[in-house]
Amino acid sequence: MNIFGIFIDQVIVDFVILIIRCVVWIFALLTTFAYIQLVERWVIAKIQVRIGPNRTGPRGLLQPLADAIKALFKEELIPTNADKLVFVIAPMISVATALLAFAVIPVGPPITIGGYTIPMQIADINVALLYLLAVGSVSVYGTVLAGWSSNNKYSLLGSLRAAAQLISYEVTLGLALVGVIMLTSTLNLNNIVSYQSNFGWLIVPQILGFILYLIAAIAETNRLPFDLPEAETELVAGYYTEYSSIKFAFFFMAEYINIITVCAVATTLFLGGYLSPVPFVPILGAPGIWWFALKVFILIFIFMWIRGTFPRMRYDQLMNFTWKAMLPLALLNVLITAGIIVFMQPGVAQAFAR
Amino acid sequence: MPADYFPLFVMLVVSVAFAAIGVGVSALIGPRRPTAIKGQTYESGMPTIGTARRRVWIRYYLVAVIFILFDIEIIFFYPWAVVFRQEPLFLFAEMAVFVAILLVGYIYVWRKGGFDWY
Repeated sequence: MNIFGIFIDQVIVDFVILIIRCVVWIFALLTTFAYIQLVERWVIAKIQVRIGPNRTGPRGLLQPLADAIKALFKEELIPTNADKLVFVIAPMISVATALLAFAVIPVGPPITIGGYTIPMQIADINVALLYLLAVGSVSVYGTVLAGWSSNNKYSLLGSLRAAAQLISYEVTLGLALVGVIMLTSTLNLNNIVSYQSNFGWLIVPQILGFILYLIAAIAETNRLPFDLPEAETELVAGYYTEYSSIKFAFFFMAEYINIITVCAVATTLFLGGYLSPVPFVPILGAPGIWWFALKVFILIFIFMWIRGTFPRMRYDQLMNFTWKAMLPLALLNVLITAGIIVFMQPGVAQAFAR
Repeated sequence: MPADYFPLFVMLVVSVAFAAIGVGVSALIGPRRPTAIKGQTYESGMPTIGTARRRVWIRYYLVAVIFILFDIEIIFFYPWAVVFRQEPLFLFAEMAVFVAILLVGYIYVWRKGGFDWY
């Protein structure tokens, strides 16, 4: 065997490992989705003083499996006058973009298995933050195409509302992160985490940015105070009224994976990612991935809590809120951050003191 | 490095394959008994009147136009924020000019009622 053959073998092995990583990644995400969804039903049930799912398996633990099997075996309905191709493609866009967005998030430090160093993320790219915003924008297509192709007036209204809401809150979402980039001087998520291991969690200097990001993230994932696109009382079910079987499950899946993703991004950018809060205490030096999961779960729990507590906003209030309150506040956050950085420059503070 | 993006391409292929397999399997094993009534769109149980291919409210277009304006602003903000630490005073002044021009447009839209829904 010559040297070229060994090189080819190495490439093939790397490629197979990459594919295995992608598949494992997707299954891990789907399992998390299934149980986050179950936990949410328990939490909402407790808040509303109900019992919640407790029949399938011990304490209802097999409920997600039952739901998946049911979704797979249901009859698939496509309305007669719907645009069939777009109708089938729309949920696929939604779920594929949701899975793609999570690929750049580092859930832990790299681990070594059998001589191979395996990074705990799919791709370590240097414009990860920009990539997340871009994929988030593409996922709006799934929503809009679903509403439009159904040829149903309620779906169309729901998808138009969703589109207007998503793009409006995307502006605040993007602007709230600018402060983080100014402090860390990078768009790479690993570098942002290592910056936080040196200088402390970014939630402290960026508390305003964190709050704005969290509100915008709730709106981006169509969660309850902002769930106008699927307001059941007026729009049946919004853009996915006509969907059934696995296609409906795909929209559901995309929504929850997006929730996991926005919480993971908030964890990475503001809460120190996979870093332990007190690394010098031995017991708390657990593997990074557990800390990451814990922080993400706390954020998701806040999302559930908000869903169980607040009533739905009116649509004009929703639009006013982002354009007239959150956008100026996000700009103010950029201004404050810039002011702090300028003031911390060597020489500037002394010049003021003199 | 372009090679950094190869895993994302693989991930794209795998996730599209997952979506396609899901739809395909469901279409294979699910029953399919279409009738004329089932094929109608569901509009709160009433018989469907006309199609949804009709004109929609102008304000959705307006929001889209305003969004493009501010989204491009954010695209300018990102590279600016990455290099901000290298020369803070100069870059701050530059961005202040840009945002001041943008704010004129923002106040104009606000005064003209572009953000009001009624």
